[in-house]
Amino acid sequence: MIAKHRVASVLVFLLLFPLIMPYEALALNILIFGLYAVGFNLLFGYTGLLSFGHAAFFGVGSYLTGITIVHFGLPWWLAIVAGTLASGVAGLLIGFLAIRTRGIYFSMVTLALGQIVYYAFYKAERWTGGENGLRGVTVEQINVFGLTRDFVNPLTKYYVLYVFVALALWLVSRILASPFGAVIESIRENENRTAACGYNVARAKLLIFTLSAVICGLAGALRALHLSIVPIDSLHYLLSGQAVMMCLLGGMGTFFGPFVGAAVFLYLEDVATSFTTHWMAIVGVVFMIFVLFFPKGIWGTLVQQWQRRASSVETK
Amino acid sequence: MTAPILEAVGLSRRFGNFVALNNVSCTFQVGQLTAIIGPNGAGKSTFFNLLTGAIAPSQGKIRFAGRDITGIAQHEFARIGIAKSFQITNVFKQLSAHENVRVAAQMRTSRFDFLRSRASLTAVSERADVLLQRVGLGALGKRLAGELAHGQQRSLEIAMALASDPKLLLMDEPTAGMSPEETGTMMALIRTLSTERTVILVEHKMKLVMGLCDRLIVLHHGELLVDGSPDDIRSNSEVRRVYLGQG
Repeated sequence: MIAKHRVASVLVFLLLFPLIMPYEALALNILIFGLYAVGFNLLFGYTGLLSFGHAAFFGVGSYLTGITIVHFGLPWWLAIVAGTLASGVAGLLIGFLAIRTRGIYFSMVTLALGQIVYYAFYKAERWTGGENGLRGVTVEQINVFGLTRDFVNPLTKYYVLYVFVALALWLVSRILASPFGAVIESIRENENRTAACGYNVARAKLLIFTLSAVICGLAGALRALHLSIVPIDSLHYLLSGQAVMMCLLGGMGTFFGPFVGAAVFLYLEDVATSFTTHWMAIVGVVFMIFVLFFPKGIWGTLVQQWQRRASSVETK
Repeated sequence: MTAPILEAVGLSRRFGNFVALNNVSCTFQVGQLTAIIGPNGAGKSTFFNLLTGAIAPSQGKIRFAGRDITGIAQHEFARIGIAKSFQITNVFKQLSAHENVRVAAQMRTSRFDFLRSRASLTAVSERADVLLQRVGLGALGKRLAGELAHGQQRSLEIAMALASDPKLLLMDEPTAGMSPEETGTMMALIRTLSTERTVILVEHKMKLVMGLCDRLIVLHHGELLVDGSPDDIRSNSEVRRVYLGQG
């Protein structure tokens, strides 16, 4: 049931999500980072490529959305489109270079290229605000089809950004259910065999790399609007690492897993920071426990249990 | 005589100072079932890998139906009509048997289409069913490929190779590691396959291919020793010395 209508199930859940969270800003954060992790999972969980540079796409999405609002006065929705497209271009360029390598070299190349992007934005102070981040990405009111809404209200903000997340999740679901989705899973399983089947593996990797960058870029773009500022850490490699952690925590290669991972990660961070500045130690321990004892992640383990139960019912 | 379907022209391959294959030339005719045989280390696998484009020759050319295909990309092989099955079982382990064949069959219709639903490609899915049936895995489509028995995985691989409807099928030791019953079934399958398309096999066990093939190519120390019918090979004293004498 959930598997059949996975997008609908997730969307209903996310619709009610702010109501069960302690405060809306956390719900917004989870919404945004959940999408980021979902985009990353396209590459990591479904294609089997571990990128350590995905913060570049998240950050480029954020910065370009911010820059087009602050410096060019673009309307907010067009700025989101601009940020997302810019990440796609960045994904195409970085992907073009990175897919020539495999395994650990792929991870290192993406990390290195991600760092280059970081320093480029860091140094371009006139455009990006450098170390202080890009300030003034303020959107106070939005006007959709003649309806004016107060964008400062966190719940309004949540549901506006929700629409974009919903579209992106629908797109990801389409990709996974498409013929091309079958090709990327084959690449994860066995690259040589996929090539022997007649698929141009390099081109398929570049396409999924770019699509993944687009999704992560959209997440970044939404964060710029959420925070009204683009902090330089949007491009930091720590953020690339977080995508990996969120995917592993929730369950790589599952549709909803990255969202669960993002939610658990950010919730833990939120709780832990309230009583210690060393919140990473706590999150780290939880992360290690999951990697060691639940290698399929929280959601992945649950899905496995359900499938096992379903198949045992079937054989009875 | 019609043009050969596959042609090796002076193929050589060196690994450092070691010459794995030295100046081998031969042609493969349409419809003929040919086996490449030889003792261990004769260069069979190198020859197979050269013919299927897995490695590039140090010297020489490969022609397919008259066209020079030396050095074309690996994925081009399936598209022009050359399929292979690997010596080491090479399937998508975490995908179902049906999905393994379906992906392979999908190549002709859809490669980079990321917005359509794959469920809408019903013809592809039906073709996968037919092929699974063909290799005797009709009832096992839903099982994960990695959970199948060794012999079944090898059959699955052949279904995958057939999915692109190749004109030429190359098989690297199709019976390696199989039980006697599985070997018998595989041999019968190869025989029927060879009636509808050109098949080339690499085989270590000479006895297996003697009664099966139209023609044998014997390699020894990276060179072509003899090329002829099973009878020619059987009566050849050179072959006896290097090959039959051993075992």
